[in-house]
Amino acid sequence: MLAVLRTVIHRDLLLALRRRADVATVLLFFVIVVTLFPLGVGPEPNLLRAIAPGVIWVAALLSCMLALARLFAADFADGSLEQMLLSRTPLGLIVAGKVAAHWLVSGLPLVVVGPVLALQFDLNQSALGVLALSLLIGTPVLSLIGAIGAALTLGLRGGGVLLALLVLPLYVPVLIIGAGALDAAAGGLSALPHLLLLAALLVLAAAFTPWAIAASLRISAE
Amino acid sequence: MSQPTLVIGSINWFRYASPQSFYPLAGAMIPWFAWAAAVLCAAGLYVGFLVAPTDHQQGESYRIIFIHVPAAWMSMFIYLVMAFWAGVGLVFNTRLSHMMATALAPTGALFTFVALWSGSLWGKPTWGTWWVWDARLTSELILLFLYFGFMALQAAIDEPRRADRAGAVLALVGVVNIPIIYFSVQWWNTLHQGASVSVTSAPTMAATMLTGMLLMALAAWMYSIAASLHRVRSIILERERGADWVAQGRVRP
Repeated sequence: MLAVLRTVIHRDLLLALRRRADVATVLLFFVIVVTLFPLGVGPEPNLLRAIAPGVIWVAALLSCMLALARLFAADFADGSLEQMLLSRTPLGLIVAGKVAAHWLVSGLPLVVVGPVLALQFDLNQSALGVLALSLLIGTPVLSLIGAIGAALTLGLRGGGVLLALLVLPLYVPVLIIGAGALDAAAGGLSALPHLLLLAALLVLAAAFTPWAIAASLRISAE
Repeated sequence: MSQPTLVIGSINWFRYASPQSFYPLAGAMIPWFAWAAAVLCAAGLYVGFLVAPTDHQQGESYRIIFIHVPAAWMSMFIYLVMAFWAGVGLVFNTRLSHMMATALAPTGALFTFVALWSGSLWGKPTWGTWWVWDARLTSELILLFLYFGFMALQAAIDEPRRADRAGAVLALVGVVNIPIIYFSVQWWNTLHQGASVSVTSAPTMAATMLTGMLLMALAAWMYSIAASLHRVRSIILERERGADWVAQGRVRP
């Protein structure tokens, strides 16, 4: 079973490596959106420090969501998704592997780039570490929840906008807690409670969403 | 394979899981619920606007609660009912359950909107602002988005069976998320701002106010049932238009 998981992750990573432009697009989107905010609200450092957590997390949310459309689309188009549905391996496991690979290509870069972008907002040193950590725990939750939406909207017209409507309301808890961790750290408080809550969300999502994603895929590919 | 049966009293309730036998039953029930809604609403408005005393703190503007509170209750309750029917539909594969979930969504969204709108009308004279990021307001707004998402997903899928089941999964995912969203929003709210305004610490109510509110809540219940039954009848006709009993015009109860 674990061999299948490894194979799925390896395959999806390989596919992503062959098409590096897709990965880069999401990352560039993240960078550009975050950069637009200082241009929009002005270079006042106190203001920027105050809005930084929200801006970075909202941009991360949007980038994760943009990347979702690709999660199952190619497999659906070339028929390999149907082979996965027919496979003897539990679909939840295959789906978990796909989401993990998807997170490695679309979520992990945000974790790396996020703290660098935070420098634009003049956040202090300790907050940068918290930002990286909160993104590290939070973005997998976004990928897991988003995958349900991606599976449900598979092959629909206007899928992208619809996906936003379905998924963004469900992202609210991650946004609140993630930005809260950063807020606490920037204010000199302990960010640990926020990070623990975020970790709890991750555990819940990792345990339950693969089932929902698998069910959604079976409905969509029927 | 034998038919599943659920016999309570002398009626097999699974009989009404078939759209064909539910259609006349719904048709027979609608007038009762509609009239009950009208009568209760009239009584509730009478008590609310003519009998209930003026609030000594908020003046007349408090009377919005006779609309606002029942709408807010219904908005949350209908989502639960919708998710319940969606779950039943996924488990038992009954088409009517999915149709019921679909029929409930617009009514739920309507009540959510009414709750938000009347809340902001009440907030302007009382808090001096149309909108505050109070935990309840925020989670109600997100609830509205969840309703919109459900309706948009079903509208985007042409094939009824897929639309039903995809919507059902989304409704169930939403219902699991509602408590998480509510608590995260509430917690975020207490973190960001002090208790400048709070909906929870309402003053104890006069008995007539409570009576008016409960009457209006019952009216909202009756209206929701009547409206969703009416809508489910339309959905049945639309989906079953190829079936004999619809084609032959045997659609009146």
